Amino acid sequence: MKNVVGLDVFAIKVLPKSENFTSGHRACQGCGPAVALRLISKALGRNTIIVNATGCMEIIASPYPHSTWRIPWIHVAFENTAAVASGVESAIKILKKKNKRFTDKGKITVVAIAGDGGTSDIGLQALSGALERGHNFIYICYDNEAYMNTGIQRSSATPFGASTTTSPAGKKVKGQLTWKKNMPAIAAAHDIPYVATATISFPLDLFEKVKKAARAEGPAYLHILAPCPTGWRCDPSVCVETSRLAVETGIFPLYEVTNGEWTLSHEPAEFKDVREYFKLQGRFRHLTAEQINFIQNRVKDDFKRLKKLCNMLGVK
Amino acid sequence: MKKATHERVAIEVSIAISEAARLLDVDVVSAYPITPQTHIVEHLADMVNNGELDAEYIPVESEHSAMSACIGASAAGARTFTATSSQGLALMHETLFIASGMRFPIVMVVANRSLSAPLSIWGDHSDIMANRDIGWVQFFAENGQEALDLTIIAYRVAEDKRVVLPAIVNIDGFTVSHVTEPVFMPDQASVLEFAPHKMFQMLLDPDRPVMMGPVGIPEIYTEAKMALDIALLESRAVIDETFGEFAKVFGRKYSAVEKYKSDDADIVIVTMGGISETAMTAVDRMRKRRKKVGLVRLRLWRPFPFDDLRDALKKAKVLIVFDRALSFGGCGPVASEIRANLYNSKLKRKPPVFSFVGALSGRDFTADQFAELVEKVEGYIKKGILPEYEIVGVRE
Amino acid sequence: MSKLPGWKELPLGATITEPGNATEYETGLWRSAHPVTDETKCIACGVCWAFCPDASRVQYKRKKPNPQAFTDYYYDFNMFFCKGCGICAHECPMGAITMVAEERQ
Repeated sequence: MKNVVGLDVFAIKVLPKSENFTSGHRACQGCGPAVALRLISKALGRNTIIVNATGCMEIIASPYPHSTWRIPWIHVAFENTAAVASGVESAIKILKKKNKRFTDKGKITVVAIAGDGGTSDIGLQALSGALERGHNFIYICYDNEAYMNTGIQRSSATPFGASTTTSPAGKKVKGQLTWKKNMPAIAAAHDIPYVATATISFPLDLFEKVKKAARAEGPAYLHILAPCPTGWRCDPSVCVETSRLAVETGIFPLYEVTNGEWTLSHEPAEFKDVREYFKLQGRFRHLTAEQINFIQNRVKDDFKRLKKLCNMLGVK
Repeated sequence: MKKATHERVAIEVSIAISEAARLLDVDVVSAYPITPQTHIVEHLADMVNNGELDAEYIPVESEHSAMSACIGASAAGARTFTATSSQGLALMHETLFIASGMRFPIVMVVANRSLSAPLSIWGDHSDIMANRDIGWVQFFAENGQEALDLTIIAYRVAEDKRVVLPAIVNIDGFTVSHVTEPVFMPDQASVLEFAPHKMFQMLLDPDRPVMMGPVGIPEIYTEAKMALDIALLESRAVIDETFGEFAKVFGRKYSAVEKYKSDDADIVIVTMGGISETAMTAVDRMRKRRKKVGLVRLRLWRPFPFDDLRDALKKAKVLIVFDRALSFGGCGPVASEIRANLYNSKLKRKPPVFSFVGALSGRDFTADQFAELVEKVEGYIKKGILPEYEIVGVRE
Repeated sequence: MSKLPGWKELPLGATITEPGNATEYETGLWRSAHPVTDETKCIACGVCWAFCPDASRVQYKRKKPNPQAFTDYYYDFNMFFCKGCGICAHECPMGAITMVAEERQ
């Protein structure tokens, strides 16, 4: 794996042991986003404030009277995570300056967490505003590729061909007809210090990227693919395997954009066929050969394009 | 507390309101421009960039985000301020319920402007009347002095330990927001001593982690809303106390319900906001002509001043409620609440309540027109007519 | 479940003031299968621990040694929380974990 410079966690064993995202949450068995948040909370530490959008990870973590988070956490609404985080970040800044609060706390990391729906659809405006204003915060999108919490409806992050309840594989139209929105590229277009994609099957990569995001001076955006066995219609036990195949087929490339420099975090030595990824998931079982070929070619092209971008805008 | 000193200045009311925010040393200003509130947020930007106000100015990308940022900032402990009107208030609608439900002492000034469609930038009360249920303390100011004073009072009430609720100060769009008036500007030391920054809301703190905004399961939701409602009702005592203290320090006495020549009046007109001053002129003219007309104005809209209103109206033989908004197909909102208030009272004689809707979208309603309204009502009474409500000043 | 407060005692905005108290909730009641670890195969690499969505892999002292491992502990499941998803069994690089159906009356 490239980009091991500055990697202070080199083995699973060295990951911090404390659980700031505790057991007892109400997520489904085998929940990918729960794995993601657990790893993320290990990277963040306790001097952190979480702003969480309405969605799976918010609902399962905060069923009154239970709280799954051992660090300060606020949920306001669905589409305004980045705006609320902007308010929190600005308040911390000014209250420190005016000596009213937080004077002895060092750098408090403000982290906005939202799903793909709350990020690339309804939350896009607030996110764009916060990124443009340059607030010092991390925005983390846990991408399970649909509005899972409300029952598996499509979002703009739902991949082409996937069957959801609002883009079902019907007799006439077979699943989602549009390609997945490129949210990391949209974030990168805002000229922010750090953008990265990550996923749960590469936990050390994910951990390190969260750390880098926390160190960034300004906004950082992390896009984390987190499979949902319930919504993707796969066995819970293959949740991590599915995320691994997403990377190994080139469907979900791992890369970073650091101050405008694009770098690949991982390039598979040999790309796996997309069919290996699809065959584990019921949401793709209706795909025709034509659709699969279309996807395979597009995935290949997109990866080539990404490599070109990395060569063009990458580390000199 | 000793008395404040004042400087008498000629100032545009919007600017006076921003100056109030400066005197109150707000920490975070969340700003999205909308006519006719723009001068408020512009002047605040001036003051911040000139170093006159030490605050974080967040130029948010929508009103929904403006209120969301206020919520986040208030949760971190900041004294927050924002302003909006009309479409902006409508856009932040869901967050208004959240701000009160989560108990954050945010203060917002609303320059009341009519709601689309058709698009209108001019003043009326339709924006705020569509937000009666949000659980905020709501004041109505009639002029620049009141706007400035009520902003100061709003912070002290909102941040009070017994309240911890957000508050709105309403001013008429254009007819109040854009006029230059003589205003007594108090000294900052007195303002800050009168309304020091208090943090009784739940706070985000890495040393004391809490979870704000959990899922309100059916077993707890009612209790949470009950707590909010009781806080809003009991804020009345805090408001009266604050009005009293304000009078002692700044020399101006406000009441939840303001009466003007209404104690011996047969016909009482009820208004809110800037048009009350026009109505007062009308009352004077009618009194000269020996008509026993009076005016009652609601300064406090939420919590609704149930008893004060009944007391102010107890001798009235006829009520004319002038609404600047309409619940289409239903009623003038203020009229309907007053009817309910009187119906639910022990008053032996409940006067007929005439509901008129006018002065929409900045249309003038003159003192003469108020007099015509009174004559119209006298005619109705003779004929025994009592309409549900009537839109007045309309071209046929 | 903790006893629910009345409206007077409820913290402002129904804020939950006990961080991490979700650990009172026995998610283990959900499972229909549980992981069984062969400690002679477990090298305590920690992969199962890292990937468990419910932080339900716990270190236990070895009773049977594994000459290929350098720890005196191995990983097994937390009965109170484990939901039986099977990620650990699937991901274990040594194949030390097998999912076994729950048997309940």
